[in-house]
Amino acid sequence: MTLQRDSLSGIPVPSRTDYAALVREDRVHRTLYTDPAVFAEEMVKVFGGRSWVYLAHESQLPEPNSFLSVRMGLRPVIVTRDRKGSLHAVFNRCSHRAATLCREESGVAKSFQCPYHGWTFRNTGELVGTPWPQGYGEDFDRAEHGLHKVARVESYRGFVFGTLNESAPSVVDWLGPAAGWLDYWIDRAPQGEIVVRSAANRMGYRGNWKLAYDNAGDGYHPAFSHRSLLEMASRMGTSKDMAYFGVSPDEGLMRTYMLGNGHSVIDQRPNYDGPGSFWANQRPQPGRERFEEKIRAEHGDDADRLLDLAIGSQINLNIFPNLLIIGNQVQVIEPLGVERTQLTWHATTVGGVPSEVNTMRMRTQEDFPSFGEPDDQANFEEVQRGLAAPEAEWVLMNRGLGVPGWQEVGPDGVVSSRATDELHMRRYYAAWQEMMSEDTTR
Amino acid sequence: MSSPLPAEYADTSSWSYHIDQRYYDELARQCALLREDWPSAGTDEIVRVQSFLTREARLIDEGRFNDWLEHFTDDCLYWVPVTAGGGDPTTEVSHAFDDRRRLTDRVYWLRTGLAFSQIPASRTRRVIGNVETTVDPATGEQLVRSNVVVHEFRAGVTKTYPGWYGHVLRKTEGGWRIKLKQINLLDSDQIHENLTLVF
Ligand code: FES
Ligand SMILES: [Fe+2]
Repeated sequence: MTLQRDSLSGIPVPSRTDYAALVREDRVHRTLYTDPAVFAEEMVKVFGGRSWVYLAHESQLPEPNSFLSVRMGLRPVIVTRDRKGSLHAVFNRCSHRAATLCREESGVAKSFQCPYHGWTFRNTGELVGTPWPQGYGEDFDRAEHGLHKVARVESYRGFVFGTLNESAPSVVDWLGPAAGWLDYWIDRAPQGEIVVRSAANRMGYRGNWKLAYDNAGDGYHPAFSHRSLLEMASRMGTSKDMAYFGVSPDEGLMRTYMLGNGHSVIDQRPNYDGPGSFWANQRPQPGRERFEEKIRAEHGDDADRLLDLAIGSQINLNIFPNLLIIGNQVQVIEPLGVERTQLTWHATTVGGVPSEVNTMRMRTQEDFPSFGEPDDQANFEEVQRGLAAPEAEWVLMNRGLGVPGWQEVGPDGVVSSRATDELHMRRYYAAWQEMMSEDTTR
Repeated sequence: MSSPLPAEYADTSSWSYHIDQRYYDELARQCALLREDWPSAGTDEIVRVQSFLTREARLIDEGRFNDWLEHFTDDCLYWVPVTAGGGDPTTEVSHAFDDRRRLTDRVYWLRTGLAFSQIPASRTRRVIGNVETTVDPATGEQLVRSNVVVHEFRAGVTKTYPGWYGHVLRKTEGGWRIKLKQINLLDSDQIHENLTLVF
């Protein structure tokens, strides 16, 4: 292992490029969360490089020529539909002198004209116009100056991913067993389709983006980090959902599953039994009583199914590096800087249900961003502050490691463990290390 | 409340039977009124609503949330929409959409001493201006619109939240009570760190 001196403390630290020394079986080095050089490399290799990155949901691009501004790492990107409906993603970066072309968050446009010197591009990226073209020499070839394109864009049942890697596996292969969990989440909707057009809680914290990914698969923290919410839920005497995290979360049937490529899922459903149980255990939200009365009166035997659709899926599905499915929300991790991250919680509706179900879905989707997530994010910020101590070098992820009887291999080859195992971190860091160690110089 | 609630649901800090489609329709109607041009109000009227808002602001800034809660009606709504001005709450999420029960929860939550996003607690001071007021002809309730800047200090960081308030006040024996408080942040639909302070 190569050592160098930390410039501030004089303490020897492993070389920044030797990721094998920074990611060990049971721990990772603090600089993975604090070093701007590591962050810069991640933005190229993890949010680019050979991996797929989540970009958008198709329902945010509802018609031909729709567009949506997103980020792929730090790259400004426009996801577009062409006039025939096919998806594309281009860098929002003029090929002339780099100005962003599109400054709207979303809309409909066949082409984009750069506000700086007026170059015009089709929504598929081709350069179609340069003002006063006589000013360019004979060898100027428009075909060479189209927008930089995200090499491949693929959708899995509405979830749009992009990669800069021409030879990446298909999205469905890369998702692997995670696709089946996404299917469960999507197929809860009677028409097998989720709509992401119900506003979003755009939350930000002063900490590294991986703190959110660490946490997303963490079944250890709820009893502590979410104590305020659990306590609030008992205001009216009955303890409601998530209370099971507080009482020996490792004893029950709730488990965490490793899905490959850094993906994982915590399945909370074993804490529930049968139709109507999600609904019965939900903390009461505005309008609950009248809603339930109406749905039961009008839908008889089908009422439990409809009531449950107003409640989250009871799985936490984590698709590396930036897509988290939690409750009924699509959560996107958007790194802004080594110590600054946006977490966008997109709310969803579903078709094929009475409109009241979707209204109740709005109220249930407000609950966790109000009373749960802020406490986690406060803890992320405090982790980031703790990480400022250079002498304390390591972040542990060894819970469950080598504990007999915890990890199991299922018949499908999927490794699972008890809910508080930090296996999720160990697995995704292995994928991370592989990406970061790749030589992408061409 | 427009029609009396069944007795078992009368306590709206525990039950939320009254939030139905009619409630959302009435909310949309009053929100539209809150965005209209109004005739200018008399000085007395302005001063009276202004002093109500000032008092409410002080209760929040002093962290007297239980006292503050008492200024709300049983069918109240404390609302921080993601779409400033309201949007459609039946199809959009909000930062806060608190009926009496959820607002009671919020105050309880703040006071658990376990909400790490409020340890240390936000220190706030707010300034309210540009106050306008009129009466809702349909209900006789007082509509109030004002601009606000909330200054917050927490965990070493000072932040500023500009926006506008829409209040609907109902006359009761004990004076005005807040039926609706809508908080429209200038950048409501954009990134925010830790929106757990009370607006
Ligand atoms: S930078 Fe776009 S036209 Fe010059
Ligand atoms: Fe959490």
